[in-house]
Amino acid sequence: MSELQDLYQEVILEHSKHPRNFRGMENANLQAEGYNPLCGDHYTIFLEVEDGIIRDISFQGAGCAISKASASMMSQILKNGTTAEAEELFEKFHQAVTGKESGKEPDAVGSLGKLEAFAGVAAFPTRIKCATLAWHTLHAALKGDQVVSTE
Amino acid sequence: MSTTLTAFRTSTSSGFDIERVRADFPILEQRVHDLPLVYLDNAATTQKPRAVIDAISNYYLSYNANIHRGVHQLSQSATDAYEAARKSVQTFLNAEDAKEIIFVRGATEAINLVAQSYGRQHVNSGDEIIVTAMEHHSNIVPWQMLCEEKGAHLRVAPINDAGELLLDEFEAMLNAKTKLVAVVHTSNVLGTVNPVRRIVEMAHTKGIPVLLDGAQAVPHGGVDVRALDCDFYAFSGHKIYGPTGIGILYGKRALLEAMPPYQGGGDMIRSVTFEKTIYNQLPYKFEAGTPDIAGVVGLGAAIEYVNGIGLSDIVAHEEDLLAYGTEALGAIPGLTLIGTAKEKVSVLSFVLEGIHPHDIGTILDRQGIAIRTGHHCAQPLMQRFGIPATARASLAVYNTAQEIDALVAGIHKVKEVFA
Repeated sequence: MSELQDLYQEVILEHSKHPRNFRGMENANLQAEGYNPLCGDHYTIFLEVEDGIIRDISFQGAGCAISKASASMMSQILKNGTTAEAEELFEKFHQAVTGKESGKEPDAVGSLGKLEAFAGVAAFPTRIKCATLAWHTLHAALKGDQVVSTE
Repeated sequence: MSTTLTAFRTSTSSGFDIERVRADFPILEQRVHDLPLVYLDNAATTQKPRAVIDAISNYYLSYNANIHRGVHQLSQSATDAYEAARKSVQTFLNAEDAKEIIFVRGATEAINLVAQSYGRQHVNSGDEIIVTAMEHHSNIVPWQMLCEEKGAHLRVAPINDAGELLLDEFEAMLNAKTKLVAVVHTSNVLGTVNPVRRIVEMAHTKGIPVLLDGAQAVPHGGVDVRALDCDFYAFSGHKIYGPTGIGILYGKRALLEAMPPYQGGGDMIRSVTFEKTIYNQLPYKFEAGTPDIAGVVGLGAAIEYVNGIGLSDIVAHEEDLLAYGTEALGAIPGLTLIGTAKEKVSVLSFVLEGIHPHDIGTILDRQGIAIRTGHHCAQPLMQRFGIPATARASLAVYNTAQEIDALVAGIHKVKEVFA
């Protein structure tokens, strides 16, 4: 059961119950819809990007605790950062939750900051897509795609 | 709830013994995450008794050969076993003739066969096909594909909040343009048993044929296709303790005779020249290519296994479990059962306030409890209830009241994690 505690860490549960930046955005200049047909998780990510800086980021939708907390924490950490940083963080986050960080950079997880909380997902292969859905959607929005599916 | 347990039927006068049934299923000995397996995902697929596993293994060990064309002994043995299984299915469904039993890959392929063969022959532009709001995708998409090709319309008969078909509204939808009614016999999400006899009567009054999707119905009750008078009946072997990859299409002989083949190839022909091919007779006309012989043998063994226990005992046991489970789950604060039809089988779909089904599934899994979470291949039904997904515990002959207790304890644990 300790793996469960690693998965459902306090910070994840807290964000899933009280998601940050959980709202629409009227002046978004980029947005994309992400969908996980397997479990029905469904989010829209809104971005206001100016000169490569993420001025504002928000999301709406519904899904499991992992996907919602991931979207919430992602929005917090990316706000006022650059899009390049966002893509870089996505790469690191993806490595951490798929358990691929080991053997590569020993500090890959460490450099994730608060997102380290999601490292426990690696022990739950069926939940990796929940954790990465918001990030895939963000990536699609930054590329100019409008819909992304993780199945 | 524990008082109900003492009154629980563990064996019946007719000899139903749950411990002996459980001993027939080797996989139930498995441990998951170092805990005893509590398998409650039977609507997805059932586990297999040793009799089925042995029948498949024995086929490959002692008489593996191709059927219907060999002069040698093994081919004869394989053909005999294959056709004996067809007889078992015929008897099981009370079909008039073994020729009405077509082996297919599963209920999905059975429905596709009818859509592509019967449907393409009879459905034209402006025609209508009627389904219900509780269909599995496998009884929606083949008809959508047909409708798109033909310019026909798919119409959906509504259901009430308990998950029961609104029969009057269904009847009012039947009209001269209706070319087929395709209805699920028992819902995989809600457990609802549809009044299929009445549905067939209503449709037949207007000369409309009816296909019943029986994937979830056959494991939980006797199906008599002649009493139902349905025109087509589809089910999958793996939901009735048989192997995956094998299923049945039953069709009334006159309809099947008049239908064009679904696929071309070996075994479905009588003679072939480059100018003209003469098709084989029923049922072979619809069984192109070397079939899943081992699967057929396994399905035959599964049906014999079910007959050996007795469907009435299976139904009685599952009804007890359903009543016990409905009460036990219903007593959990914040839990809502989805699917409360008066006539239902042992499926318990539920949602927990503030907790997504996917999280429920993960936390139960770590307690050794296997349930299904998600939309259950019935997205329109999820939309009808305004929910993205449900958690679903579905029960089979080998499940016990203790396993329901484990589920209840598991759900309390889920609530603790999210407290």
